[in-house]
Amino acid sequence: MTTDDEHEPELTHEAAELVRPYVITNGRDLLDDDRFSLITLVTVAAEPPRTMPLDPEKLRLLELCSGGFLSIAEIAGHTRLPVGVVKILVSDLTQEGYLYSRAPIPSAQLVDRQILEEVLNGLQARFG
Amino acid sequence: MGSRLALDDGVYLRNSVQTAAKILVVGHFAVGKTTFIGTMSEIPPLRTEEVMTQAGQGIDDPKGAPGKTTTTVAMDFGRLTLSEKLVLYLFGTPGQQRFVQVWEDMTRGALGALVLVDPERLEESFPVMDLVEHYGIPYAIAVNRFDGTPAHSLDEIREALDLLPETPVVSCDARDQRSSADSLIALVRYLQSRLN
Repeated sequence: MTTDDEHEPELTHEAAELVRPYVITNGRDLLDDDRFSLITLVTVAAEPPRTMPLDPEKLRLLELCSGGFLSIAEIAGHTRLPVGVVKILVSDLTQEGYLYSRAPIPSAQLVDRQILEEVLNGLQARFG
Repeated sequence: MGSRLALDDGVYLRNSVQTAAKILVVGHFAVGKTTFIGTMSEIPPLRTEEVMTQAGQGIDDPKGAPGKTTTTVAMDFGRLTLSEKLVLYLFGTPGQQRFVQVWEDMTRGALGALVLVDPERLEESFPVMDLVEHYGIPYAIAVNRFDGTPAHSLDEIREALDLLPETPVVSCDARDQRSSADSLIALVRYLQSRLN
């Protein structure tokens, strides 16, 4: 006479916890590629799909990004979601056409040289 | 406010910004990383949190319970738009060995690191310097002068930290914008010199 009843209290207990990150991401693992870094810049796409995503976390994120460009780190800071979760949500929303992300510049000596020059000039112009 | 999340205009980057660069501000607990970032940032500093699943072995987290298997690592960061096209992010990174996951994410693509040190607690800077060196991040040392700090000479500090002759050591007051900017400039000049 085994019933499923005896398992239910445990399930109820689990559900009472705060929503965990893997629930927000539908149980998927964190991204392990380099497409999105802490400083990848993101905003809403120029021509997003007409229908809005159903997921409340994605809606929240889209709304935040509607005001202009923000880095992945800033999105995490404003939404208080862990960075890994933000990367997944941004990756989905980019693939679905809602968000646009500025491709990170590949690291190379020539590029670094240029960036360092610009950082130095910028710091000196502002604080020098 | 309501539930709307879109924020004031000042929060967002200019549309013309094309490139984002990253410099790490590292150092031991309470050395002044957050102060430094707050002094330099054009936006109120933000915090990201990651939940670490590895067992903690540190003893210096005032809130941490010993033997706990998950711990939340908070990183403060700030932003500095340096031209129409370029934005610089400053990430404050905790210096404990057990946060390796955070370090891997942080160091990827970083131009370099500013290591803040407290002249009265130099030995506490060794673990963080080990980490920076382990990840191959070029760095400069900024000696954060607290009120009433007796003035060790920068040469004495260089010797105590066992630095390479070319590693810059500068004095800095993390509460002062000009002074903090100067230490970043010293770091960037050093990074440039390494490419030549």
